[in-house]
Amino acid sequence: MELNSRVPEGPIETAWSRHKFNMKLVNPANRRKYSVIVVGSGLAGAAAAATLGEQGYNVACFCFQDSPRRAHSIAAQGGINAAKNYQNDGDSVYRLFYDTVKGGDFRAREQNVYRLAELSVNIIDQAVAQGVPFAREYGGLLANRSFGGAQVSRTFYARGQTGQQLLLGAYQALERQISAGKVKMFARHEMLELVEVDGRARGIVARCLDTGEVKSFVADAVCLATGGYSNVFFLSTNAKGCNVTSTWRAHKKGALFANPCFTQIHPTCIPQSGDYQSKLTLMSESLRNDGRVWVPKDPADCGKNPKDIPEESRDYYLERKYPSFGNLSPRDIASRAAKQVCDEGRGVGPAVGGVRRGVYLDFADAVKRLGKGSVSEKYGNLFEMYDRITGEDPYDVPMRMYPAPHYTMGGLWVDYHLMSTVPGCFVLGEANFSDHGANRLGASALMQGLADGYFVIPFTLADYLAGVKPGGLDATHAAFKDAEGAVNARTQQFLGIKGKRTVDSFHRELGYLMWDKCGMGRNRAGLEEAIQRIPAIREEFWKNLTVGGTGLELNQSLEKAGRVADFLEFGELMCIDALAREESCGGHFREEYQDDGEAKRNDAEFQYAAAWGFNGVGVAPTLNKEPLSFNYVKPVTRSYK
Amino acid sequence: MKLTLNVWRQKDRRSPGSFVKYAVNDVSEHMSFLEMLDVLNEKLQTEGQDPVAFEHDCREGICGSCGFMVDGRPHGPMPRTTVCQLHMRSFKDGDELVLEPFRAAAFPIIRDLVVDRGSLDRIVGAGGFVSVNTGSAPEANSTPVPKSVADKSFDNAACIQCGACVAACPNAAAMLFTSAKMQHLNVLPQGEPEKYERATNMVLQMDKEGFGHCTWHGECAEACPKGIPLSSIAAMNMDFNVGNLLRTPPTSGGDGGG
Repeated sequence: MELNSRVPEGPIETAWSRHKFNMKLVNPANRRKYSVIVVGSGLAGAAAAATLGEQGYNVACFCFQDSPRRAHSIAAQGGINAAKNYQNDGDSVYRLFYDTVKGGDFRAREQNVYRLAELSVNIIDQAVAQGVPFAREYGGLLANRSFGGAQVSRTFYARGQTGQQLLLGAYQALERQISAGKVKMFARHEMLELVEVDGRARGIVARCLDTGEVKSFVADAVCLATGGYSNVFFLSTNAKGCNVTSTWRAHKKGALFANPCFTQIHPTCIPQSGDYQSKLTLMSESLRNDGRVWVPKDPADCGKNPKDIPEESRDYYLERKYPSFGNLSPRDIASRAAKQVCDEGRGVGPAVGGVRRGVYLDFADAVKRLGKGSVSEKYGNLFEMYDRITGEDPYDVPMRMYPAPHYTMGGLWVDYHLMSTVPGCFVLGEANFSDHGANRLGASALMQGLADGYFVIPFTLADYLAGVKPGGLDATHAAFKDAEGAVNARTQQFLGIKGKRTVDSFHRELGYLMWDKCGMGRNRAGLEEAIQRIPAIREEFWKNLTVGGTGLELNQSLEKAGRVADFLEFGELMCIDALAREESCGGHFREEYQDDGEAKRNDAEFQYAAAWGFNGVGVAPTLNKEPLSFNYVKPVTRSYK
Repeated sequence: MKLTLNVWRQKDRRSPGSFVKYAVNDVSEHMSFLEMLDVLNEKLQTEGQDPVAFEHDCREGICGSCGFMVDGRPHGPMPRTTVCQLHMRSFKDGDELVLEPFRAAAFPIIRDLVVDRGSLDRIVGAGGFVSVNTGSAPEANSTPVPKSVADKSFDNAACIQCGACVAACPNAAAMLFTSAKMQHLNVLPQGEPEKYERATNMVLQMDKEGFGHCTWHGECAEACPKGIPLSSIAAMNMDFNVGNLLRTPPTSGGDGGG
């Protein structure tokens, strides 16, 4: 398939403005004739639904949670980047663009990234006007901090809950449109099919989770803003409900899935404490500013009380291996180093499945240097959170940390308009693949979600709608009836298996396999093994699953069964993509391609986005390549030694 | 450790509910409360029984999805902690606990421990926003906001909309929630132009949804996992009453203030 990215030609600095002028508009009086479906109510979805409602379109917004405010964007802690240069420290749109392209290890589309950096400043204005209580200086102006190793202070933040505060801004704007009647909200509804008519996305089939009712919703365009797929690993920092279902079902209807193997592992999460573990909790990366990471030199010391391990028996491995960045080494590097020492048998904390997976993050030196009061001022709330979860006081014993899946850069392939390969199906936020390449920088996820929702989709969607006739279709069309039939048949299939294993047990099995073979480090043998084993898990799933109850009630096992069934198909594609990409870049580390532990990119052969086409479950997918060119930021090798 | 749970089971809104007793063995002190329920549910499902329905999502205490009563207290015994962040080390071997849904007329039961809190969304929709369309915002630093004001706004904006305040209140009032959502915006210069209209509309909606009135018990603030202060309710009453005085003709029927 020929992939047309529709990027504007000419100088990148003016590309978006010129493009906005060249795109078609929908007359305000005509907008109410068009209906748009937005699936997902996180930063991207809520921002899009609210803005499209304000502009006069008829919007229907869907989320599986009981309120749009609960979408997982709510959990983001750190902050949001914007090139405001309020600190007069040399930041600019160009620098944010440059940092993002480089941070993504040269696997993102330059024009998209530039637009993102350009729009970042508008987001802050919008959020402040909505009443988002960002941190402020005593003079009343906005405060910034440096985040994730950036050399400028461009991160805006709201204590440790920037995600919640930004989402509340978008959610309140959305609620305003709901009460104005411009947006119809369908909470506790899960999209289960994308419906296409005459080659265009024309609606969805969704199941009401309270009653089980399966309904069709018709529209002139569909926007998917349903987040990432980290829960393919079962244990991740994502909310329990996060899933790949809407994007995967769109993929099965023809939308290409790009770079599924690009996943981000966050280095500082609270380790697993037992087999019952249901999720992993992230601790802000800022802890690494003052905490020192270490494990015992001798595996025999791993079970000891850390206080009884003398200084000379400790291995401060990040400081040893990366003297210039030390404990502040980038996410992917710090994560892999932790895995390595644990693989060597030097991990600490409780053994789960026979292996101790944890490293110490020690604040003893910081307390000595700065005093307890000043450490508490900086990290008090995080220490409290850690204590609440583990029952250990970090002032007294070192924290234990281990990396966990956190964000996924891959997603449905979209062009510059954020449209997938299915005309009329747009994809926003983490659900698309577009802006972060092979690695996302800290505080850039919130920026992308809001840029897509507030400032990109209103223009590109209008350009699309201006070219199509509104309406002319209802849910009695055969395409909708077929999709409803497929949903009902799948429900009956789940309920009819009547096997012995629960949905969670399959999800766990898949997740552990993915984490082991397609997690922080990947290699050919492991990936080939996973590609062999996933179909076997899938086969057992469809033979031995137990889901009780019926389809016509609140049935949480049934909901999960649908999501896990999709992960069992998607996981295979992720491994296939990881196997095909014979290089290491960003979060994708192929052990065969390294220089002494450093990722070895192969620009000559792999400077492209891999967009996969679906050919059937268990059938080899088709690889389509979108070549990437770098005319502004010249590819260089990342080095943190 | 071993626990005995008395869990409220109710198939749907129309069916009657009752407590059912379950024994949960092999509970680790490191489990979260919801992980302990996961273990129970795995067991129930392999025995062919329906799992206990409960709402949850982020399990980090920020999305506000989770929440039910543990021994009569919303989110359980630990102060400032959602039930997803409550760990089993707060309990001891042999404990017998009672789990029931948040009970309020404005929170109809959906199933077991799951209730419909859509009424809270509608209170926000009635006025819990600043009327600013996308694109029409002024430059962010053009309006300085004193740090103390921004901090006060934030203290209210920390509300996670879980509904614990309603469940804790003997009158099932939503005063703490509504006041938090309102004062988040009312104290800011950005929220100033709509301040009184916001107060009136949100309070009226609160009444319309069937929440009770405030008789100043203060249970709400005790139960709030985010520490929203009772003073927010006082500020709301002030804004509501001033709003009524300023309105011509005065709004009738708005008796929801404290």
